[in-house]
Amino acid sequence: MLSIKNLHASIEGTPILKGINLEIKAGEVHAIMGPNGSGKSTLASVLAGREEYEVTEGEVTFKGKDLLELSPEDRAREGVFLAFQYPVEIPGVSTTNFLRTAVNQVREYRGQEALDAVKFLSLMKEKMKLVEIDQKLMSRALNEGFSGGEKKRNEIFQMAMLEPTLSVLDETDSGLDIDALRIVSNGVNKLKSKDNATVVVTHYQRLLDYIVPDFVHVLYKGQIVKSGTKELAMELEEKGYDWIKAEVDGASV
Amino acid sequence: MSKDNQILEEFTSKEYEHGWSVDFEADEAPAGLNETIIRWISAKKEEPKWLLEWRLKAFQTWQKMTEPEWANVHYPKIDLQALKYYSAPKQKSKPKNLDEVDPELLQIYERLGISLNEQKKLQGIAVDAVLDSVSVGTTFKETLGKLGIVFSSFSEAVHEHPELVKKYLGSVVPMTDNYYAALNSAVFSDGSFCYIPKGVRCPMELSTYFRINAANTGQFERTLIVAEDDAYVSYLEGCTAPQRDENQLHAAVVEIYAATNAEVKYSTVQNWYPGDKNGKGGIYNFVTKRGICAGNHSKISWTQVETGSAVTWKYPSCILKGDNSIGEFYSVAVTNNYQQADTGTKMIHIGKNTKSRIVSKGISAGKSQNSYRGQVQVMKRADNSRNFSQCDSLLMGDRCGAHTFPYIDIQNSSAKVEHEATTSKIGEDQIFYCNQRGIATEDAVALIVNGYAKEVLNQLPMEFAVEAQKLLALTLEGSVG
Repeated sequence: MLSIKNLHASIEGTPILKGINLEIKAGEVHAIMGPNGSGKSTLASVLAGREEYEVTEGEVTFKGKDLLELSPEDRAREGVFLAFQYPVEIPGVSTTNFLRTAVNQVREYRGQEALDAVKFLSLMKEKMKLVEIDQKLMSRALNEGFSGGEKKRNEIFQMAMLEPTLSVLDETDSGLDIDALRIVSNGVNKLKSKDNATVVVTHYQRLLDYIVPDFVHVLYKGQIVKSGTKELAMELEEKGYDWIKAEVDGASV
Repeated sequence: MSKDNQILEEFTSKEYEHGWSVDFEADEAPAGLNETIIRWISAKKEEPKWLLEWRLKAFQTWQKMTEPEWANVHYPKIDLQALKYYSAPKQKSKPKNLDEVDPELLQIYERLGISLNEQKKLQGIAVDAVLDSVSVGTTFKETLGKLGIVFSSFSEAVHEHPELVKKYLGSVVPMTDNYYAALNSAVFSDGSFCYIPKGVRCPMELSTYFRINAANTGQFERTLIVAEDDAYVSYLEGCTAPQRDENQLHAAVVEIYAATNAEVKYSTVQNWYPGDKNGKGGIYNFVTKRGICAGNHSKISWTQVETGSAVTWKYPSCILKGDNSIGEFYSVAVTNNYQQADTGTKMIHIGKNTKSRIVSKGISAGKSQNSYRGQVQVMKRADNSRNFSQCDSLLMGDRCGAHTFPYIDIQNSSAKVEHEATTSKIGEDQIFYCNQRGIATEDAVALIVNGYAKEVLNQLPMEFAVEAQKLLALTLEGSVG
């Protein structure tokens, strides 16, 4: 589904990603871990098409298409979803109104007919139940005055509404207490299917107790330096990142 | 150029939609401003002597006045002698009703999306259509007449209800009020007149649609709305003008009188030609709008969506004379390219327990300058009066300006006055967030801007709220990318 080959990206001339290679198939869950500043969030942003990042080398194919050629909105319409680490507030625009615009633009791109108010609301109701989100949040301005947990839950709710094929969760666990973490993870797990894939970007192993990955990759200094299964995450939790850093830095000397 | 600016650039470069004009034979006054012209206009309209005298007195006052220069706007001096003060489409005979109006004129309004055909009318809205200096027709006069409501062109009211016109004309905005109000009083050509008798709730929205068609002509219309005790009316004003390279002057006066327990809601969607993207052409909109809550428990509410004009100078105000009266001002002012707006309100608290509320939302894009200027005055007698003001500015790009000039004058210690102001920018982050959910950039900006202006748009009558939303998006289209 997603194939990343030798991806290099920089911001304002500073290289951050230095040759990422990653293959993701439908039905898989991949965890990207790594110490602060290793390039995890950059990778998420580059996939979503944030323009501050310049791709200097490499290629990314998504369902056979050159992802890097597509505008951010077309990537979203093709099925790439990014759950933001810091969801943005939009005053005066209700979550309902925002999502209705989004869902219908995505549907239009996919050649589906727009949902009328009734159909849209019943879809919302169904998905709200799935991710256990409070109806009251829907009529409030998007993310405005939401708690950290409510914002993250709203991200997962949007994911449920847009039915992406590739979901990238950027540090979704940051700022969540244990209950919120459980609810958010449950939502993600319920949305998982054999046709979609999930990339979980996280600093801690904690989230992976709830969203169990098929593969774990460690990102350090802009490259994937180690890949493994969920046992790798456990090992990282136990030993920290220093041993990997030492391994990589030692090898490059 | 940063991404924000590119977005703005594309989004604000949209063309003006109503820039066309129509050629028809016109009855015009020669250019120039002098007593002869004023007599000529008055004679053309077969006005009674008192009105001519009123005009001449205004003209004399005006001659002693100087153009105000305190507003935060800059434009070359207008040569008032080069303007024509009257231009009317030639019609064979005076039409008695809409069926007799030249179809060509009706077509102008059709093209603007305003149907003057009562069968095809917008549900529940009566329209007075003003073209250059004259009203070409008013719909639903009969329906409204049955309730005792007078809704007609100003000229017609002068003939049919002289006692009302004489009583209220200049009672809220005196002819000596300011330079442009005095000029208007001398040369005004037409406008709308609306009278709601005691105890009547006007069952439909009344609206006037102003269209400037002729070149080198000033439009000076006058609107007078009177609501007697316990009366209610919601009034809407819309306006457009052709795209011309030279600037045109629009200096209107609106007066509202609200008696005891009366309520008047006045909404404006102003879409005069703003000039091209290099700042050439466009309307100078120098308007005086004021209402008086004369009776106790009366209420006047101004809502404006200002998207057009090259230069705007406009402060719809409320004089809260009656005890427990309420004044409201809701405004969205959008400036783009080289537009300049200096707009706001005045709330003058005279009566006891009077309340006012000001919500001003400025949106600046391109190289425009957008100023809010507002005055809150609480007089000695106005015990327990309250004011709440909120002035927000939204900046798009880094070449525009937003300014706030609040004036607060409190002479009564029991008054409560609150003022809140914020300035924000449409962020790249907000746009990217929308993009990531599949929303195209232009729609994202429209969504964000409409969200920002929501509190004001909510005040508009339903049909116009939708129009205003579209207009906001259109005005800013091309300013973001």
